[in-house]
Amino acid sequence: MARIIVAQAEGEQPVELESVGGDHSLPEDAVLHEEIHAYGDEHHTSVFPPFDASTFPSQLLWLAITFGLLYIVMQRVALPRIGSILEERRDRIDGDIAEAERLQQKTDAAIESYETALAEARKNAHGIAEETRGKIRAELDGKRKAVEEDLGRKVADAEGRIAQSKAAALEHVDEIAADIAQTVVAQLAGTVTAKDARDAVAKVGKE
Amino acid sequence: MANDPIHQFVIEDIFTLGTFGGDGHADTGITIAFTNSALFMVLTSGLIIGYLLLSTSGRSIVPSRWQALSEMMYEFVANMVRGSAGTEGMKFFPFVFSLFMFILVANMFGMFPYFFTVTSHIIVTFALAMLVMTVVVVYGFVRNGPKFLKLFVPSGVPGYVLPIVVPIEIVSFLSRPISLSVRLFANMLAGHITLKVFTGFIVTLSSLGALGILGSVLPLIMGVAITVLELLVSALQAYVFAVLTSMYLNDAIHPSH
Repeated sequence: MARIIVAQAEGEQPVELESVGGDHSLPEDAVLHEEIHAYGDEHHTSVFPPFDASTFPSQLLWLAITFGLLYIVMQRVALPRIGSILEERRDRIDGDIAEAERLQQKTDAAIESYETALAEARKNAHGIAEETRGKIRAELDGKRKAVEEDLGRKVADAEGRIAQSKAAALEHVDEIAADIAQTVVAQLAGTVTAKDARDAVAKVGKE
Repeated sequence: MANDPIHQFVIEDIFTLGTFGGDGHADTGITIAFTNSALFMVLTSGLIIGYLLLSTSGRSIVPSRWQALSEMMYEFVANMVRGSAGTEGMKFFPFVFSLFMFILVANMFGMFPYFFTVTSHIIVTFALAMLVMTVVVVYGFVRNGPKFLKLFVPSGVPGYVLPIVVPIEIVSFLSRPISLSVRLFANMLAGHITLKVFTGFIVTLSSLGALGILGSVLPLIMGVAITVLELLVSALQAYVFAVLTSMYLNDAIHPSH
């Protein structure tokens, strides 16, 4: 408590928190006392330091100098530099993204054209197969027809020849029969003229 | 010595640049000095500039881990601005980005023991907030002319409510730089004091003997937990500041809401 009284006597702001410290022994008080005197001995008055007006001009001057310098350097050099770094990075990233998108589009286009080509090729292949199949079938049909015609003709020829032979044969049968009849009669009953024999055969043939 | 939670906010001169005005006596006029606060402002800006320039010097299409972090930061803030203020708001992207990175790195520097937290001083956060509001007001009038004042007249509100609504809108607009700066300042200040107090308990309790050392486990756990919380708050406050800036800029671009 002695400290506060001293402080008040010196015109200093009393600081109540200090009194919580409680019972200072006498030597400590003496030290504190000296300290307070030390403040007073400086050319600054011994008021609470933040309210000591005699220090204001110096503080304001140095604040103006240091803050002014800080502001100028920030405004002229530091912030434009950081700003340009950030902008450059943003541009770079944007550029890279645009490039990636361009490449992506290119890839998509390539895939699309490939698929179109594939579908077309598939369609073409189907057409070619159909056409080939048709051609082969037509060719086979043609050949078969030719062969059948050929065979037909040959059969007809053969039939014609057979009919001819048959007719010829039938024609000869009468003669042979007349000859045979003449011979038979001649052997049985003597000579028979060819005319008689033929008449007889014809008579038999009519029956 | 180390048990004073306020000591960490004291501004000490590293070298003095001179005194302007005043009558020649001590404590008169305006003394300009390179202080521990100035040192950490320089470190903050230097780290951001150095990191962003070195990590992106390769300009590789496939980023290295270092470059990937720079790009993440860029896109994170770019999305935040585009989401809150639209495409037109992107002209303020370098501004919001610088604010976000400056506050984030300054807060994170503050998490190192014995390091000074630039954003734990109201004058710094207020200056940043006033810068935001100046940009909003100037751009709002340049782009929209008198129509910028429509910001204070919400559309779709019946005329008889306007006498009540307009003053509220004006007050809320005027309180923006205050809320914007105090939010960041108070979070940083309170967090660091709490952290310091709890870690101070560890030392105080440990000096009481064996039982005290055993008891100091509790503030140690709290200290670890608060450190994690503070890391979260450091990032969150930088984010909140940047988001609110984007939203205020959106008001300047589209005043009729």
